[in-house]
Amino acid sequence: MADEAKGGGLVIKPMDQFEVKPLFGGSEIGMFTITNVTLWMALAVLAVVLMLVVGTRGRAVIPSRAQSVAEMVYGFVYNMVVDVAGKDAVKYFPYIMTLFVFILFSNFLGLIPLSFTTTSHIAVTAVLALAVFITVTAIGFIKNGASFLSLFWVSSAPLPLRPILAIIEVISYFVRPVSHSIRLAGNMMAGHAVIKVFAGFAAVVAVAPLSIVAVTAIYGLEVLVSAIQAYVFTILTCVYLKDALHPHH
Amino acid sequence: MATEATVADAASKPGMPQLDFSTFPNQIFWLVVTIVVIYLVLSRVALPRIGAVLAERAGTITNDLAAAEDLKQRAVEAEEAYNKALAEARAEAQKIAAETKASIQADLDKELAKADAEIAARAAESEKAIAEIRDSAVESVKTVATETAAELVSALGGKADDKAVAAAIAEQMKG
Repeated sequence: MADEAKGGGLVIKPMDQFEVKPLFGGSEIGMFTITNVTLWMALAVLAVVLMLVVGTRGRAVIPSRAQSVAEMVYGFVYNMVVDVAGKDAVKYFPYIMTLFVFILFSNFLGLIPLSFTTTSHIAVTAVLALAVFITVTAIGFIKNGASFLSLFWVSSAPLPLRPILAIIEVISYFVRPVSHSIRLAGNMMAGHAVIKVFAGFAAVVAVAPLSIVAVTAIYGLEVLVSAIQAYVFTILTCVYLKDALHPHH
Repeated sequence: MATEATVADAASKPGMPQLDFSTFPNQIFWLVVTIVVIYLVLSRVALPRIGAVLAERAGTITNDLAAAEDLKQRAVEAEEAYNKALAEARAEAQKIAAETKASIQADLDKELAKADAEIAARAAESEKAIAEIRDSAVESVKTVATETAAELVSALGGKADDKAVAAAIAEQMKG
């Protein structure tokens, strides 16, 4: 992506990797155009199927390696749902698991050089976060009726403070989907852009060794960030779900 | 950083691809397709399968633990039964030994008594025989004496009076 410009200046285009491009020619991107988004999401589906379906086809009581990985992920998310959101949130576990494995594999697949990171796009994370926000709000009102609003009325605070706190609570509630989505997209985009910038410097002989070391280090960090952001997105979903199921502080 | 300007320049030219709203419908459509596919795969196939495997494993472990506990209980019972049998066998052995000793003692006593009785009978018999022999000896002496006396009397020219001889012999024998 980096090349020596005619004038000798270094041109680095760290954002090119995020471009949505049609896979089979053409420049129009319609709703149903098959793009690199389609390809990398399909690969994420494939990875999920490989891990959770193909890996567990033995159904062995003594698991194979692949099966124990699948069981580990299952146990990890299941315990997260139960610990954070409570036993009655278990019926939403498949959806939370879907979010977790989709984000996890999208993040990891995005770390493959020359790949496309679907979760670095605000369009993707915003839809995921809005879906969680709307679903959780609906669940809150369906399960608790009007008493769901007590989430915003901090009964443990002194009475004069409560209206002020209520305003703050309402604002923070509606900011949730924004922070929820930008946190994920921002982390993924920033990390990939930084790697690309350092990779661009590798074209300059003087700083190439340093830049390669930096790319390696940041790549390692990004592996961590990929897993952590998937975890953070999922656990926040559980926290919001807990608020919807048990709105009383 | 010397390249900050060029980086910013490169980024600003096409803008952030993330904010290119013309690609949003495409991304959102494929995202929804992806999420629905993953959700269906997970909720229909993967999660029930893994859940069943985990439940089965938990069940197997519980059963194995229960079986192990049962076997342990049975081992303890078997040991108790063994100890009891051993103690019973010991008591039985002691009883048999005592009985045998008692019966041998009884037999011995009986045999001793019988032997004593036989010895006594034999002794009595012998005494009787000795008495008979003595009596017969005395009788023989008397006969011989009588005959000798009669012979002596006749030899001396007397006429042996049997009654007088017998009386004299009896007289002498007393002494």
